[in-house]
Amino acid sequence: MSDQRAGKVNTSGSLRNTLMISLIGGAVVLAVILYLVVRTYAAQIAQSTQDRILSASVTSILDAAAIRNDTLSVELPYSAFSILSTQADDRFFYALYQDGEFLSGYDRIIHIETPPGEVQFVSGRFDGSDLRMATAARRLVGGTERTTLSVTVAQTQESLAGVLNRISRNAALLGFGFFALMTLLSLWLTYATITPLTRLAASVQRRGAEDLRPVAAPVPAEMAPLVGALNSFMGRLSHSLNQSEEFIAEAAHRVRTPLATVRSYAETTLQRVDKLENRQALRSMVRAIDESSRAAGQLLDHAMITFRADHLNKEELNLTELTQELMQAMRPIAEMKDVELDLIASDTVYTEGDSILLQNALRNLIDNALKYAPFETAITIKVSANPAQVKVRDYGPGFPVDEIDELATRFRRGTNSEGIIGSGLGLTIAYDVATAHGGTLTLTNPAEGGACAILSL
Amino acid sequence: MNLTQTCRALGGAECSMKFLLVEDNLDLANAVTSRMLMDGHVVDHAEKIEDAKLFSDTGEYDLILLDIMLPDGDGRSFLEHHRAKKRDTPVIVLTARSQVSDRISLLDLGADDYMTKPFDHAELQARVRAVLRRNHGSSQPVISVGDVSFDPVAGQMRVKGTPVKLRNRELRLFELLINAPNQIFSKQKLCDRLFTFDEDVSENAIEVYIGRLRKHLEPSSVTITTHRGLGYKLDPR
Repeated sequence: MSDQRAGKVNTSGSLRNTLMISLIGGAVVLAVILYLVVRTYAAQIAQSTQDRILSASVTSILDAAAIRNDTLSVELPYSAFSILSTQADDRFFYALYQDGEFLSGYDRIIHIETPPGEVQFVSGRFDGSDLRMATAARRLVGGTERTTLSVTVAQTQESLAGVLNRISRNAALLGFGFFALMTLLSLWLTYATITPLTRLAASVQRRGAEDLRPVAAPVPAEMAPLVGALNSFMGRLSHSLNQSEEFIAEAAHRVRTPLATVRSYAETTLQRVDKLENRQALRSMVRAIDESSRAAGQLLDHAMITFRADHLNKEELNLTELTQELMQAMRPIAEMKDVELDLIASDTVYTEGDSILLQNALRNLIDNALKYAPFETAITIKVSANPAQVKVRDYGPGFPVDEIDELATRFRRGTNSEGIIGSGLGLTIAYDVATAHGGTLTLTNPAEGGACAILSL
Repeated sequence: MNLTQTCRALGGAECSMKFLLVEDNLDLANAVTSRMLMDGHVVDHAEKIEDAKLFSDTGEYDLILLDIMLPDGDGRSFLEHHRAKKRDTPVIVLTARSQVSDRISLLDLGADDYMTKPFDHAELQARVRAVLRRNHGSSQPVISVGDVSFDPVAGQMRVKGTPVKLRNRELRLFELLINAPNQIFSKQKLCDRLFTFDEDVSENAIEVYIGRLRKHLEPSSVTITTHRGLGYKLDPR
């Protein structure tokens, strides 16, 4: 019952999942950004390297130009092209323009007008390849000649693309490594953060029904208010439970002690009184006392069982041993009626259960049997395993047939119980205990007579 | 502190056992004491744990009846003291609580048995006898009348030295008779002692048990004689 109630907590997401998702999500975003930044930066560096080489090539061609005898002469230096050679065998082209007129080289590459003293870079596609072009111009003065020489050098970008691919791969590896590391870190972080919470929950859950001590184990500072509140709540609960327990004990003491006085005097007086009507009055008195004290006891027991049934204190126990102890306690009462209590059981019948509740249930069953068992008969108590069960059988009048199904309902008394003291709560208690253990209480009247109650776990 | 109640053989019964009653309620203590005296027992009464310790340390008792809620503390502390002193006088706890958990904890503390108030004196006697039988300890001597002997603690009757197995009611009836031989017991009185309050039996039911006892006693010199209109008595002859 309690488990269902505890499971019915209203939840809004999971701290663990939220933490994991945000940490891993953050790691993904960071890894992608890292990849992009590294790749872009590396591409820029590679491009600027190529540009510097192209620029050097252009400049060296321009430097080699001169006006001799009023004619422009350009001797293309070898170095201007040798610096352009790459591992990837990139092709390169050049074009010379004088005052906007094509002079020499490869005229199919685009010409860009460039003011002297500057180098302009343009990317483009040519003949199916990516191309990077550098253009620079120089004003030449010689004699009467004034002319502007413009040089464009272009180079395909195969080598650069190779470099870029390598860099991209490395950047991707770097990003992935970062992601993997962050994921591991997130897992550990989530675990480390959630552990104190789960540990606290487990330690509270593991507690027995009556353990209301404050939580003593250290918790992280952020959880201190929650644990503090929990502790003070348990403190209040424990206090009020203690108070009501003390109250019940005190009330029982106050009521039962005078009842005991009355009963003792009534018994003593009965021995001295001869008149039949006085004797009958005294007997009725004693019976009324017994009935009220039994009813009060069973009501208290029933209340205790209802309380404990919500928090079963389950433990491994030997059902045979428990039954034997109980039988020893009840034997003096049985002997007074010359009723034998016989036990049929193997030495050990292990089961899981709340020993206090089981004892109470069995005591009520045996008590019931004792009330109805005729003198000098036997009550057979049989303990067996698979499923663990206790069978209490007497040779009394048996359960009233038409009520057998409803007998275990609170306060019902069998019709043949006249003259026998009992509130009828005994079977209800046994029934509730069986139900709390997920078992059953079966009442039957065996064909050979008598009554048989089977408490099955 | 209450003084030792002298043994008055009410109803002619012999002085048989010495009890220490630890109970703070005077009315109840008086009621229990007078009922015990009627059975021929001696009762010392202590109202507080302090007194109880004094009594139990200095006196010899067959059995201690202990209330658990006392003005100067919990009866459990007396139990602990009693067991710490290695006294093996059995203790039966009388309590107003009826919870099974209490019972278990009390038995763990060294109580020999447990009864819930209000209690039936016949049941108390049955429990006392069971406890004494378990502890094999009592100052009670074996009673002999003629060639019949009776050990009240073991509940053993011997006819000419041969043990006879008696049922519980036969035994209790015989105990009453042998404790006061030559005294006439009325059917009514015997019924009161033999049957519990929730058993409605006619006084004639006693004849069955008298008949059985007579059968057991046949080989002996002892007889149970009927006194018309008065009752029965044990006659050693």
